[in-house]
Amino acid sequence: MEKLNPINSPLGTPDAAAVNRGDQRDQLYADRKKVYPRRVYGQFRMIKWVVMALTLSVYYLLPWIRFDRGLGVPDQAFLIDFPTRKAYFFGLEIWAQEVYYATGLLILASLALFLTTSAIGRAWCGYACPQTVWTDLFVHIERWIQGDRNQRIKLDKSPWSAKKLFLKVSTHLAWLVVAALTGGAFVFYFGDAPTLAKQFLTGTAPLTSYLFAGGLTFSTYLLGGIAREQVCIYMCPWPRIQGALVDENTLLVSYDKKRGEPRGSLKAAAAGDVLGDCIDCKQCVAVCPTGIDIRDGFQLECIQCALCVDACNGVMDKIERPRNLIRYAPEEHVTKKGTSLIFRARTFIYMGLIVLVGGIMLASLIVRADLDVNIIKDRNPLFVRLSSGDVRNGYVIRLMNKQHADRPLAIRASGLKGLTLRSTDHAEGKELQVSLPPDDSAAFKVFAVLPADAITEGVLTSGKGEITFEIVDMDGHVISRQNAPFNGPRS
Amino acid sequence: MSDKHEKDIDEISGVETTGHEWDGIKELNNPLPKWWLYTFYACILFAIGYTIVYPSWPFPSSDGWTYVKGTADYAQRTEVADEIGAVKAEQAKYVDEIRSADFAAITASDELHDFALQGGKAAFGDNCAGCHGSGAQGFKGFPNLNDDDWLWGGTIDAIYTTIQHGIRSETDPETRLSDMPRFLADGILDRDGVLDVTEYVLSLSGKSEDAARVARGAVVYEEQCAACHMEGGAGSHDLGAPKLADAIWLYGGDRAAIYETVAYARRGVMPAWAGRLDDATIKQLALYVYSLGGGEAAPMEGR
Repeated sequence: MEKLNPINSPLGTPDAAAVNRGDQRDQLYADRKKVYPRRVYGQFRMIKWVVMALTLSVYYLLPWIRFDRGLGVPDQAFLIDFPTRKAYFFGLEIWAQEVYYATGLLILASLALFLTTSAIGRAWCGYACPQTVWTDLFVHIERWIQGDRNQRIKLDKSPWSAKKLFLKVSTHLAWLVVAALTGGAFVFYFGDAPTLAKQFLTGTAPLTSYLFAGGLTFSTYLLGGIAREQVCIYMCPWPRIQGALVDENTLLVSYDKKRGEPRGSLKAAAAGDVLGDCIDCKQCVAVCPTGIDIRDGFQLECIQCALCVDACNGVMDKIERPRNLIRYAPEEHVTKKGTSLIFRARTFIYMGLIVLVGGIMLASLIVRADLDVNIIKDRNPLFVRLSSGDVRNGYVIRLMNKQHADRPLAIRASGLKGLTLRSTDHAEGKELQVSLPPDDSAAFKVFAVLPADAITEGVLTSGKGEITFEIVDMDGHVISRQNAPFNGPRS
Repeated sequence: MSDKHEKDIDEISGVETTGHEWDGIKELNNPLPKWWLYTFYACILFAIGYTIVYPSWPFPSSDGWTYVKGTADYAQRTEVADEIGAVKAEQAKYVDEIRSADFAAITASDELHDFALQGGKAAFGDNCAGCHGSGAQGFKGFPNLNDDDWLWGGTIDAIYTTIQHGIRSETDPETRLSDMPRFLADGILDRDGVLDVTEYVLSLSGKSEDAARVARGAVVYEEQCAACHMEGGAGSHDLGAPKLADAIWLYGGDRAAIYETVAYARRGVMPAWAGRLDDATIKQLALYVYSLGGGEAAPMEGR
């Protein structure tokens, strides 16, 4: 290893080594080598800051946004309410029976992930994944307390002292505070945030909220503070899946071998060696949060955060060489200055699928009924012969009112000649009046009666028939129409 | 590994071997991580503690097999008993209300009525379904409670009384008691008389074939049957005499079945439930049976 040269000295990381150097990868199982990411400035670092600020503020603030829905209904914009089995998202209200919207959302999310990955690689991993965001936050807290890379390495190597203890303990305490805030923020999605916060502090919140807050505090501390890149490399299944979504046209963070090699210091170049642009300053390795060397090529551990691009560009600026020795480029074109190929068949298919699924969801949301009707026919007994010879069938009609107001409705039945309706309290006629409480469901026992001569007149000779129930609002509009079987004796 | 042996290091991986070798394949010594091992030990300690605190080891005693009771004095049986007790305590509020309220008050409260119907349904399944069927659909000789034909009346109060006192109960002096003579067996009518009156009864629902018999039967009916079954077979709730002019026949409505009924009479029985079930349960049962759809409205006050 060369002694300090003019370039290495201010940048200062000649000894940075990738934890899995390309020429040393024969060991399947190795002890973890701690990664000390160095601070970096640049365009992609900026993007990471912005994404971090955005995702964290959405996560922490969303439960606190109010949304007026009227009396007796929660006014929290985003609320998953387990007791009433409803989820609120601004103007949208999902009942437990409609969890398929969540399925649609998951399908959309995965398609979006496929699209992004096939276009620009593991952007999710590099910028938006909670693991990345919180690890980044925790690394910054560590840097703020213990100093940058070199100071941290020195601190770790130094023997235990009061100062080291103080720095280490305060780092972990700061992590725990952030982790606790994270765990606390999560439970606010499941209850009225201001109320829950008050209960939480006075010790009167439900036990589950403490358990969840505690569990998430612990896991955030463990994954963000301690496990860090190990989560991405060993625990997370995404790298394996995302690897399959990347092809030769995907823009990936890659090192331009043709331009960079052979590597060598400025001094050697000055001495007359024919060298590439890479001066082997190892800044790209020092800043990498997963501790790899991008110059070894695209690898599983690379989360595509592009911090090495920032680091390398900083160096290129200093030594007055063109930027983008490391850059986003399609694997295939890295050496021949290829064009970006974001728009191609593969991405168009993903885009089409996103539009399709999104369209289906949107359409179903638009036509989504605010009244659910569920009709269950009595099966024991299948039908009842009355003393007049009439045939009676029983039904339970469950109506679910998704409006926030009382709802007067009428139930009608038709389909067989002479059919009448009645309820247990002896109202009999062509229709039954019912009233639904707001945001609730109610079940009504309804009897349909067919006159005795219907059987001899051939209305129901086979013993099986079908009738149609109509739910009608006060203006006479039919809101729902559903068929139900009607049984009787064979003639 | 004991210290006696020279440490054998695998060249490729740099890991110590255990010294075991099979066909030239050596086993590497990659021990479990410490945290894993200590978690394992902790689990063992936990398990031992658990068997001390909670019921566990079975052992034979003079009374057969028993088990170590544990220091926590815990048993699932008592837990179940506690849970049932808690549920009963929660239900007590409703049950007390049902016991003290009259039927009009119970049906006026949705909450109370729903509770009563659910309770009634459960009690019906336990006590009544054996004869009346799980859907109260009845069988031959056991009335269908869904229909609108009632021997003793189909108002809630009438149903309540019937359940309380039963039919022909030997223990309850207030029991429902209808006593149709066995017209042939008791020698009141001869075979021809029974056939005549059978034909007349068939004629009430338009099923007779012999007008001469009907005419003779009508006279017999007037003398022997009309007192209970009323003019034209209208039946009587007070006497438990079935309607003879409708489409529902508890023992069958064909000629042979009716002949059998007139000749030998039918004597259906039902236990009096008043001593077996508490009053609140009987009330719930009455409400449930009434809710099946065949119940009669109570006569208006003062009518």
